[in-house]
Amino acid sequence: MPAVKTIRSRTVALPATNVDTDQIIPARFLTSTSKAGFGKNLFADWRYDAAGNPKPDFVLNKPEAQGAAILVAGRNIGCGSSREHAPWALQDFGFQAVVSTEFADIFRTNCLKNGLLPVVVDERTHAWLLANPGVEVSIDVESTTLTLPDGTQVKFPLEGFARYCLLNGVDELGFLISQNVAITAYEQNHR
Amino acid sequence: MSKTMFEKVWDDHVVVPETADTPAVLFIDLHLTHEVTTPQAYTELRARGLKLRRPDLTLATMDHSTPTRTEQVFGGVPIAVDSAAKQVRQLEINAQEFGVELFNLTDSRRGIVHIIGPELGITQPGKTIVCGDSHTSTHGAFGALAFGIGTTEVGHVLATQCLLQRRPKTFAINVNGRLAPGVTAKDLILAIIGKIGVSGGTGHVLEFRGPAIEAMSMDERMTICNMSIEAGARAGMIAPDATTFEYLAATPRAPKGAEWDAAVARWSKLPTDAGAVFDRSVDIDASVLVPMVTYGTHPGMVAPITGAVPMQGDAVFEKALAYMGLKAGEPIGNVPVNNVFVGSCTNGRLSDLRSAARVLRGHKLAQGVKMLVVPGSQAVKRAAEAEGLHQVFLDAGAEWRESGCSMCLGMNGDLVPSGHYSISTSNRNFEGRQGQGARTLLASPETAAASAIRGRVTDPREFTN
Repeated sequence: MPAVKTIRSRTVALPATNVDTDQIIPARFLTSTSKAGFGKNLFADWRYDAAGNPKPDFVLNKPEAQGAAILVAGRNIGCGSSREHAPWALQDFGFQAVVSTEFADIFRTNCLKNGLLPVVVDERTHAWLLANPGVEVSIDVESTTLTLPDGTQVKFPLEGFARYCLLNGVDELGFLISQNVAITAYEQNHR
Repeated sequence: MSKTMFEKVWDDHVVVPETADTPAVLFIDLHLTHEVTTPQAYTELRARGLKLRRPDLTLATMDHSTPTRTEQVFGGVPIAVDSAAKQVRQLEINAQEFGVELFNLTDSRRGIVHIIGPELGITQPGKTIVCGDSHTSTHGAFGALAFGIGTTEVGHVLATQCLLQRRPKTFAINVNGRLAPGVTAKDLILAIIGKIGVSGGTGHVLEFRGPAIEAMSMDERMTICNMSIEAGARAGMIAPDATTFEYLAATPRAPKGAEWDAAVARWSKLPTDAGAVFDRSVDIDASVLVPMVTYGTHPGMVAPITGAVPMQGDAVFEKALAYMGLKAGEPIGNVPVNNVFVGSCTNGRLSDLRSAARVLRGHKLAQGVKMLVVPGSQAVKRAAEAEGLHQVFLDAGAEWRESGCSMCLGMNGDLVPSGHYSISTSNRNFEGRQGQGARTLLASPETAAASAIRGRVTDPREFTN
């Protein structure tokens, strides 16, 4: 996993609430056995018409979305299926962080496992970001703050272990493997 | 100290306790796997030179992308979706290389992962159970702590049999009274989701409690727990009792003899202690419920079948109604039905097929209606055929298929055409879930069958009561 320290980017706003992972990456694209290449089908059914042409009014098809690394999403982003293909698709498109007031549990976990930063902000900040799409914001993992264009700093929750993994680009599997003695002891006591 | 059932199961599986900075290391008793969410995990294990730690606690099946047409399952005709065929082959390769017990495409024990765990009797009270699938919550019906995980976590469990987890909060769903005749477990869970909302359970493990739950069969309890995730919950649980033990006693892999007696003694201590405190609770009166049908694009957009599409104003609500081609104020019973799907991990068990057949017997599908009946497992298929249920469906004009997830998510090519209304016994009515442009109405098997006969959403009590 690559280290994530700071993200500075324009935002893209997708205000719909309860955006499920079937929208982020529809099931028909899940037959791949690799993690790569899901970006082109990110939000496929909202992004392309029946003939496969980009719909010009969908936000990700607009010129200002190109190169943006921060997605501001409506409340309860990522509900539904546990498919990790959702964060893989968002990252493959170029997103490095998702900002919302609330994340579905499995989606949030899947994001963190891949270094896609889930940023939970208060409703006021969220409403402002949705109302002002395309602004440049910066996110600092070390201090767990999001900085708005006027310099306002907003703290977001990120537990110590997840923060350590992001800052150092290490994944959790190494940590789990290092717990082998404790795991073996547990197994012996629970036969 | 008094504990909830969740706390007992959690505490029993903590390998390393959580701290302010680090999550707990939690031991996993059963890892169920399938073809769609595992290939990248095995790639990771190979890249790191890691082995499967506990083959004895791991089981693989094929369900999501597999065909349901007999000729594609049992040979003669290749699997129609080429990438799905490759994914199925990749699971065979991975299971062979890492030593995982696999029920392959033609295995008589194959089925939807959440149907076969209970059927085998490996889903047991007090276990921690995970799978790379959000409907793993189904297994909580036995008093297990069961939840869906992503592919990276699948890799963690394959390699270490453990997960890093923060302890969720607890949420009691107290279901008082009894369901009226013709009102099912599916109607109850849809009503619960409608009440608490699709993110109402986020961060929590639900415990379904009360007389209506205690009166339910295991199949019904599985339908309830299955859709916990549709309320955003980490998991759903129901206390094990005599109904649970009776079900498990008849399964091939449950403990036998003295081990059975010891297991029942252990399982009997799992129910939540008197005086234990839940972080949240809600009360539901089961006795006032009627059959429920969704009208929108998430399972919380649900109304009584006797009611109407609600009037609401916001843009997201309007967008959902536009997708569904419905208007606020329109009676639910007016909605046309083109397509009927009976199956899935929510309602693909034998009792569900019996319920649908009871309504459908002696009737024909309405003109223009297509109906697909997909048993949840090959064992369910055999049992249904032994009772002649398949003949009821075939006589009505429905198709009878091999087991799998099928039209619940349409990965295998079993799709609802764009713009068509599909009344479905599955769990998600998201946009495009059953096919691009498909309009899904979630309902019970009884309601699906009654609607198939009339060609519009129909209260099954017209046929059963």
